[in-house]
Parts: sequence; C-alpha cells; structure tokens
Amino acid sequence: MLSQFQHTDTVAAVLRRTQAQFPNETAIYLMHSRQAEQVITYRELFCGAASYARELLQAGIRPGDVCIVILNHSAELIYAFFGAILAGAVPSIMPFLTEKLSPIQYRASLIALFEITRPCAVITNCGFTSEVRAARGSGASPYHILISENISTAIDPDNLPESNSKAEDIVLLQHSSGTTGLQKGIALSHQAIFNQLNSYSRAIQLTAQDVVVSWLPLYHDMGLIAGFLMPILCRAPLVLMSPFDWVRAPHKLLQAVTRFRGTLTWLPNFAYNFCAQKISDRNLVDVDLSSWRAVINCSEPMHWKSLQMFLERFIPYGIKSEALATSYAMAENVFAATQGGIGSPVVIDAVNQHTLLNHQIAEPCDDPTKTVKMVSAGQAIDNTLIRVIDSHGIDLPERKVGEIAIQSNCILSEYFHRPDLTREAFLDGWYLTGDLGYLAGGELFITGRKKDLIIVGGKNIYPQDLERLASEVAGVHPGRVVAFGVNNEQTGTEDVVIVAEADHTDPPQFIELGDEIRSKVTNSSDIALRYVYIVHRGWLLKTSSGKIARSANREKYLAEKR
Amino acid sequence: MNQSISSTLSAYIAEQILKQPGRQINATTPLISGGLIDSFSLVDLALFVEESFGVRIEDTELNANTFDNIDQLSALIQIRQR
Repeated sequence: MLSQFQHTDTVAAVLRRTQAQFPNETAIYLMHSRQAEQVITYRELFCGAASYARELLQAGIRPGDVCIVILNHSAELIYAFFGAILAGAVPSIMPFLTEKLSPIQYRASLIALFEITRPCAVITNCGFTSEVRAARGSGASPYHILISENISTAIDPDNLPESNSKAEDIVLLQHSSGTTGLQKGIALSHQAIFNQLNSYSRAIQLTAQDVVVSWLPLYHDMGLIAGFLMPILCRAPLVLMSPFDWVRAPHKLLQAVTRFRGTLTWLPNFAYNFCAQKISDRNLVDVDLSSWRAVINCSEPMHWKSLQMFLERFIPYGIKSEALATSYAMAENVFAATQGGIGSPVVIDAVNQHTLLNHQIAEPCDDPTKTVKMVSAGQAIDNTLIRVIDSHGIDLPERKVGEIAIQSNCILSEYFHRPDLTREAFLDGWYLTGDLGYLAGGELFITGRKKDLIIVGGKNIYPQDLERLASEVAGVHPGRVVAFGVNNEQTGTEDVVIVAEADHTDPPQFIELGDEIRSKVTNSSDIALRYVYIVHRGWLLKTSSGKIARSANREKYLAEKR
Repeated sequence: MNQSISSTLSAYIAEQILKQPGRQINATTPLISGGLIDSFSLVDLALFVEESFGVRIEDTELNANTFDNIDQLSALIQIRQR
C-alpha cells in the first residue's frame, strides 16, 4: 500500500516533494508512434514544468487564473499542465483540432470556452497560434498566448517561487465537448483530487509495483485522473500512449503491456470490442498479458458481451479472467464512485428484462430467454456514499431503479462561473448524477440515463448541440430535429441517430438533405454521424409543453426501423 | 486509375463504414478530412485493404497526408502491388 496524502497537500507541493526524494525515478514512459519512447523522470518532469511556470509568472499570471492548454500528445503537454499548477494557475486541457473538424467550428468552440472560463493564458504550439489569436478577436477576455517552442528551458527550477495555493483552492478544470459541455467546466480542488486518490488507490489496491498503461486522452476524467494524475502523484510508473495512435494501432496497447509488464489499464466499453475485433494475429506475436491485474471498464454503459469478447480473444495471450474489472465514475466526483472486480470477480446479475424495462425493477431471473445480464459497477469506494432515489428524492428499496445520487469528500467545487448549474446539480447536499441504476447487495448496477446525454466511445455528447447543428442545414424545418443514442452491440457503444423533418415533401431530396446533415454534424462535432432519418412534417412527437421529446421519438424511430 | 480497385473500395466504404449500401462515392471526395471515414474505421479500412489486395498500410500512414480519397488510396495500393 502506498502512503496516503495529507488533507493539506497540494499538487504542486507533492510534485516538489517527489522530485526531491526520487529525482531519478521514472514517472512516465511517453510512447511515440515513429520513434522510441521518451523516459521522463520526476526531476525532468519538475524541471520541464518549472520552465512553463516561470513563463506564466513572467506573463503576469496570478494564483487562480485559468490557463488553457491546447497541445498534442507530447512532453510539452505534460510540462505545460504541471507548469500551470506550479505557477498557482488552474489548467484545463482542450482537445487539439482533428483532421475532420471544421476549423471554423473549432474556433467557435474555443470562443465558447474562453467566454465562460475567461482564461488568462493559452499555451499552444507555433502552428496553432493563429487559430488561438483568431478566437481572441471576438471580445473575449484578453489572454497571453504562450508558444511551447519558445519556452526557455535555461532556468534554474530550484529558484522557482513556491505557489501559495491552499488545499481547498481549485487546481484544475475538466470539460466535456460541444458547446454545452464547454460551458460546464468542472472545478476540482487539490483536496478533492487527493481525497479521491486516497480512496481510489485503496479500492484498487495500488502499490509501487503497479505499472499503469494508458492511451486515454487527458481532456477526459478517466484519462486525466486514472491514466495520468494518479500514477504520477502516487508514484506508479505510467506508460502513456496517444489516443490518436491507439485508435490506428490498438495492438500497441497490448505490446506496451507486454513490454513494461503493465498491471493496470482503464478502458471505455467500446475499446473491449475494438481490441477484440480489430487486432490481427500477426500483431499479437509475443504478446503476454499475464501481468495485467486489472483492466477496468469505465465511462460508458458496460456490456457483459464486450467483456466476454475481450476475454475470449486474449486468453491465448495470457489474460486472466480475474483481471476484468469495472468502475462507475464521473468527473464531478474527480473520477471513481465505485469499483468492482478487485479481489473478487465482477458481479453479474441476471435479471428479467421485461420487468426491468417496464416496471423499473431488477428481478433475478433463471430463464435465460428472458434475462439480461447486468454488469455490476462494483461497490462504493470508501469516501463516497451512494443512494438510489425517486423523483421526490426519497430512497428506493434494493433492486428498484432510480436516479443515482452521491455524496463524497471529493465532489466538484462548482461548475466554473456557473452558480446556476451548480445549484441545480445538488439536492440537499447530494450530487444528482442524472444516471439511472439500482443497488443489490451493496453492488451498483447502471441501467440508463435520466439526463439527455449520448455517450459515444466514452465521450459525452449533448444531443442539443447536434440538434442545433442539424437545424442549421437549409431544408430542415427549424427546431424540428431530434438526436439520440441507440446501443450497438457489435461496437459496444452508442450510435448517434438524428431524425429531422424536411421542409419540402420531395423524397429524392431527402437523400441530399441527409448527406448535408451528416457532413455538417461530422465536421462540427466530436462524432461521425452515420444514421440520419429524414421524415415529413409532423412526424416528430412533442411533449405537452411543446418540446421535442427525445425518448419518445427514439422509441418511434426504433419501432419504424425494426 | 484501376477501376476495379476503386469500385471495390467504394463499395466497401459505402456499405461497411457509411452504412449506406449502394451509395456512390466520388473518387476525389475527401474521405478522412471530410469526416466520411472516422478514426474508429481507419483500422477496418487497413485490414480490408490487406485482405482484399494483399498490401499493407501501416498505422502511421492512416492519415489524410498519405491518402484522402479513393483515387489516392487506389494508387497507393497499385504501387505496393508491383
């Protein structure tokens, strides 16, 4: 067991302490697709970060100022992030522009982010500076632009003044994507981070012998906390790959586990299907997964079939069935709320599908033709309390589906600059997750979502953002669009579907309109839209208050397409 | 340009990636930068090319700089088949 953090610890203080005590210990093996990995020791990490901190301080950054980091997978990204923290600033990592994203749309999302977070600095690279400058044009707060190539490393890191951040101060912001997600910056304190790390490292029995292997992006809670901050701050070596490389070469994750004797990896559900289906045997020569003690499924609905598929594919390569693990996590709780599959196998609950769907009761069932196998997300970690409540906030009995509410000592400080959203998120001191589930024997099972949110490959997508984009396409009747997710068993994640009412009645034009919606949404959001259903005026169902009802229209769509 | 390679690629992309069987894809339509082929489908495309044409596309080549339309991909396949 690793030593625990104190309630007065700050991230900057822990980083300073670690680099002083273990300067030559490896913090990160940074993997690259075209060259050998880069080994970063704690001393190098501190020195790299100190260079950025110095530049930020020289630019006049004050404690608590927000610093947006827009850099690709690189040592600079890591140094810039920790540099902001050493300077007492509050970093937030933004995804880099991808090939398919329209630069205009990306700029619009930067502007949306800047307006709400009012950053004092943006750290990016040379090639991207003009994009960041352009986003500044619109009257958003003025900010410094620091270019990673120009950061001077010729400084004495030991002269860097210590930040006077306190444990209760905000240390970082996390955002999900899209206009809606970017306006909900999740503000976390040093204390919240360390309380999570203390409890979560106990839950997964983290030791100094562990090696974390991750390909997850750092702008996502699972990547940022489990696949980055936890190993670095708890001193478990981290093997860090780029998500961009992993999606093109998923076998490299398994080769990295083999080479570094990796013990812990976190994956969204779709990645189990992806790895099982898309790695050819020739890329598995010499792969040995016997060192993996936990592969933790987290951040989107978990499917028993995905776990089985993964296990069957990799049993010949040494994976142990007890390595399969699960977790229920959210950025608002820093990361995990539950953990399953450590020390004992993940609990599978066979319940009556009909009763679950129609009566919201998880009734154990022996008849395999009528059951659905629910995968437990495990039990609450030791700093988090979980309740399942009805719409009045009253506790529901075991096996009854309701909204999951949590309370912990690592909950978000606020939605940054959004007191309205922060107020709405809590009920009598309990954070309302918007997720639906039930408890049985202390195990938490997630069954669905109360909030309108689509999760694609672990990424949170707000339907209203996609609907707004589709509505902008000429020929779509204004406001008559609905977006929702449909589970896809083969890929292990949700497919996004958009149903739009056409202004005209000529079906040949429907195909063209569908294409325009596909390309508009694909080029302007984080997803690639495949399924568009163009319908005549009057198809979409509305609620009594005149709003488009997402779930009712989803049912109608599924009934027509089946 | 080899018509049979192009039409095989076009049919595969329409059916398996876009889920729009029968759709014609123009040989110069941008596939990656245009978002027709998303990052999750790049590996599928590479595996399909390997199985169908016996040539390999490395993972580091799965980007718009190497090929971004059917013409370019088809040319790449022909060069490697020689």
